[in-house]
Amino acid sequence: MEELQVSKTLIERFTEGNVPSGNRRKFLKNAGMATAMGAAIVTIGCKKDDDPDPIAGTVDLGSGDVGILNYAYALEQLEAAFYIQAVATPYSGIPASELELLTEIRDHEVIHRDFFKAALGAGAIPSLEVNFSSIDFTSRASVLGTAKVFEDTGVQAYNGAGKLIKDAGYLLLAGKIVSVEARHAAAIRDLLMPLSTSFAGDDLIDSNGLDKAVKPADILAAVSGFIKTKVSGANLPS
Amino acid sequence: MNIFKLLSDIEKVDGDVYERLEHVSRRSMFSSLTKKAAIAAPVIVAATLNKAYATTPGAIDVLNYALTLEYLENEFYLKGNGTSGLIPATDKPIFSQIGKHETQHVNFLLAALGAKAVAKPNFDFTYKGAFADVFTNYKTFALVANALEDTGVRAYKGQAGNLLTTEDLPLLEVALQIHSVEARHASVVRRLLNTRGFSAGLKGWVTNDVGFPAAVYAGEGNLVQGGVNLKGLAGKSDERISEAFDEPLTKEAVLAIAGPFIA
Repeated sequence: MEELQVSKTLIERFTEGNVPSGNRRKFLKNAGMATAMGAAIVTIGCKKDDDPDPIAGTVDLGSGDVGILNYAYALEQLEAAFYIQAVATPYSGIPASELELLTEIRDHEVIHRDFFKAALGAGAIPSLEVNFSSIDFTSRASVLGTAKVFEDTGVQAYNGAGKLIKDAGYLLLAGKIVSVEARHAAAIRDLLMPLSTSFAGDDLIDSNGLDKAVKPADILAAVSGFIKTKVSGANLPS
Repeated sequence: MNIFKLLSDIEKVDGDVYERLEHVSRRSMFSSLTKKAAIAAPVIVAATLNKAYATTPGAIDVLNYALTLEYLENEFYLKGNGTSGLIPATDKPIFSQIGKHETQHVNFLLAALGAKAVAKPNFDFTYKGAFADVFTNYKTFALVANALEDTGVRAYKGQAGNLLTTEDLPLLEVALQIHSVEARHASVVRRLLNTRGFSAGLKGWVTNDVGFPAAVYAGEGNLVQGGVNLKGLAGKSDERISEAFDEPLTKEAVLAIAGPFIA
């Protein structure tokens, strides 16, 4: 709740001009969302993109660059919720160093999440309800194993989304985040299999030395078991 | 019709024909070679990468820049991994895996660039004497490895926006796929530097603009993203916010860092 409050304050700062007033404007304009800003914000608000579709009960990520940003926001919500839980109820016998590492990753994911929420403003999808019933938070293997999946998936998702982004500024932002996810992935893999090749293992990296790049539809299908809210990427660029 | 005869004839009046038609002619040659089943291994690699040719001047520029950095990394690890007594046995799997990827990146970029690929420069890994014991002192080797990897991450990130034209999009994806591998490398080497006591407290991610050498980390403490200062976001510290976003480097900044490695 505290985090929500802070991010709301940030949104207010965006709109009320405690930070240079052009910033939010510039951000949205870059997305091609607005040429006449005030009108655009109202329009977006009226479209109720931030509510689940009343008919299908499905959250539509939207289209264009905003859709890709919402896609990233959805994945960051999932990661943040996972690490918040992992840190709140640490697995049995967790060493201080591992709790510290998980806490730092939690903070990074919460920052990513709140950054996208603030950037998207009224165009943001709502908070998603997660389903972690398959994760045993008392077990190191379960928590780190899930962390590995989430981090590798995050890397693959950003890698696959890059070419779908039109705006160079957004592409750079995705690039700034994906390498942090890759750093997380390598660290988690290093915790699971210290001093091995797993950090960039042959299970992931192909014979050209390339990490995977996965398209949104496949990522959304892969993580659907962890998200109670139905999420549709049907209008995303492909 | 003999395409090679045709091109040779055109070349007599148009000296640039091979350059301008390279993409087409390379494709033709591959398909012709494939039919004849007279295929050298590198050609097989190249032929399977037909969607990853650099064809636009912008992409050729970016890929040659990337190739130069990969040449540097590749030779660095070839020498380090090949120097007996330098890397402790416990840490060899990590550096062997990294070295393997750098070799793969070089080969991949060479295939994507074809005749447009720049030649490998000669390298001076002592950095004009600053890292004089780079292949005799494991700490120096590991520190330089870290610097190369973190520079690589920033270099690729800085070029993504130059691969946004439609015909370059497959290369953009490839560049991102290399970029995240470099970030994985950087993370594990950083963790190793901490474990071995070479840089106590160093984590897989970059905190503020802390690191060695300083030029590699200049600007990493940035808190402004998407035009908005994120200071205080979610109640998190500047350290965490700076860690959450890796920053790009311009080609000029990277070449300034890499320059002393060129003999």
